[in-house]
Amino acid sequence: MKRMSAADIIFHTFNYLLMIILMIATLYPFLNVLAISLNNSIDTVKGGITIFPREFTFLNYAEIFKTKALLTSVIISVLRTIIGTFTGIISTAMVAFVISRHDFIARKAVTILYIITMYVSGGLIPEYMLIRNLRLTNNFLVYILPGLISAFNVIVIRSFIDGLPFELQESAKLDGANDLTIFFRIIFPLCTPAIATISLFIAVGQWNSWFDTYLYCSSNKKLTTLQFELQKILLSAQSSGQQDIYGSSDLAQKRVSPESLRMAMTVVATMPIVIVYPFVQKYFIKGLTLGAVKT
Amino acid sequence: MQPVNKIAQRNQKYIFSKKNIKRLNQQKYLLLMSLPFVIWVIIFKYIPLWGWTMAFQQYIPGKGFFQQEWVGLKYFIIMFQDNYFYLVLRNTLAMSILSLIFGFTLPIVLAILLNEITKQTFKRMVQTISYLPHFVSWVIVASLFNKMLSIDDGVVNNILMALRIVEQPVQFMAKPNFFWGIVTFADVWKEIGWNSIIFLAAIAGISPELYESAMVDGAGRFKKIWHITLPGILPTVMVILIMSIGNLINIGFEKQFLMRNSLVRDYSDVLDLYILDYGISAGRWAFGTAAGMFKSLVSIILVFTANGISRKVAGIGIITK
Repeated sequence: MKRMSAADIIFHTFNYLLMIILMIATLYPFLNVLAISLNNSIDTVKGGITIFPREFTFLNYAEIFKTKALLTSVIISVLRTIIGTFTGIISTAMVAFVISRHDFIARKAVTILYIITMYVSGGLIPEYMLIRNLRLTNNFLVYILPGLISAFNVIVIRSFIDGLPFELQESAKLDGANDLTIFFRIIFPLCTPAIATISLFIAVGQWNSWFDTYLYCSSNKKLTTLQFELQKILLSAQSSGQQDIYGSSDLAQKRVSPESLRMAMTVVATMPIVIVYPFVQKYFIKGLTLGAVKT
Repeated sequence: MQPVNKIAQRNQKYIFSKKNIKRLNQQKYLLLMSLPFVIWVIIFKYIPLWGWTMAFQQYIPGKGFFQQEWVGLKYFIIMFQDNYFYLVLRNTLAMSILSLIFGFTLPIVLAILLNEITKQTFKRMVQTISYLPHFVSWVIVASLFNKMLSIDDGVVNNILMALRIVEQPVQFMAKPNFFWGIVTFADVWKEIGWNSIIFLAAIAGISPELYESAMVDGAGRFKKIWHITLPGILPTVMVILIMSIGNLINIGFEKQFLMRNSLVRDYSDVLDLYILDYGISAGRWAFGTAAGMFKSLVSIILVFTANGISRKVAGIGIITK
């Protein structure tokens, strides 16, 4: 159909090559870490592991689930992701709904209250003092409450609601539905595309966050998250070579080195995202364009 | 009829007019639904703003607001006389400008190159893979980079050794001079694919007729990119550039926090880490708050200036109501 000039061929070769390098550069670190995590840790020390394990073993993973602190951290991470996403999305959608109603008496006030938070925030220390004064330190609620709603997400869902015909709400009202029913029975189900997208963003944020654990819950072993434990083992590896913070001192007996344990933890922390990612990719991208329409 | 109307009009002015009470009653569910979230936003977003008053006090936790001693601008003066403050300011600006230069231009290049790929499956594969790192946490990225740059069996050192560029493995993470580069590279590695989406969407919005007529005129690939694609995505590029400038000081601290070690402190510490180390870890609350307030104010000024310039130059404002 199209003739290829010499310049075209050179360009395409160069272009494809560049894209292949980009893909390798993106995937190799993940595959390398996966291979090491599945390799016998004594064998790993010899070096030379690329993307295939040499002496296959699940020992490194078994170590995570045998170490109580790590198993708890996995459970807490899962819990905060589920509860945080559920409460977050309902709250976000509810605020979006009330400020989408042009007849609502406090619409302007609520909108302004939320919009301002997009531009100014108290910052690290005032927030830290607030959490301390509210007695939320070493409390599971610190994972849920402070980040419950983001104004940006509210705006995204509101612009989606704005696109729905208002007659739906009016006719429901004529049938005797109150605003609460309208929200749960009509608006929330109709917003599914936006809700799904925002839920995913909240869930990824919840799963990935570690700094709140670091600041508020690091002294409570029952409340640490997987990302925080990974951060802890990473920092100890950086500062003092290979240190064993989980007290699994007898290496020969356990056959798991701190580095191999860290690799296995990295994989466990990455896995949920890699697994859901292909299925939800289109929602993520939709979310980006949803936001872009408004900004 | 006129007087009645006037009364009704006058009534509307009072909050507790009959009409408004009726309206309140009708909207009781809307009010009920917004109340918890108004309380939430006041507690979690506005009380911290009120916390800025700490910056002007000899703040002692546990004491009431009126029992605190007011010290005026004392902590701001201390901060501006602190050499370390200028060091972290330099690091913050250096890393944010580096990430602006590379983190902003490379996604545009990627979008243009991706657009030239005709095999759709291959294109989609590149996209899917390159978006992935955006979704993993900085903890994971730091862990991956730590391994890749490691002196024992890190892939970067292995390649450099195999190519005989270096004789001994390089301790990348321990070299202060490398820190800005490593952080910028990690940032680009994580976000290049994701940040290209918006430019790809902009390219998709360019009318195909423009390309067709350029073909008729005998324009080659690079001419088309230069004269059609680039001008076509210019408005998007401007908006993103201005948003990035607005966020110049908000570069975050996660990557620096996770990749720093005691050897590279002079190059790794940014404003937020300064606040964290001085304010929270050392318990100098008032001082930390002053530093945080400085950062917030600079950021607000940058956002609004950038937005104003954008409105004037491109006619596009980011701040919408």
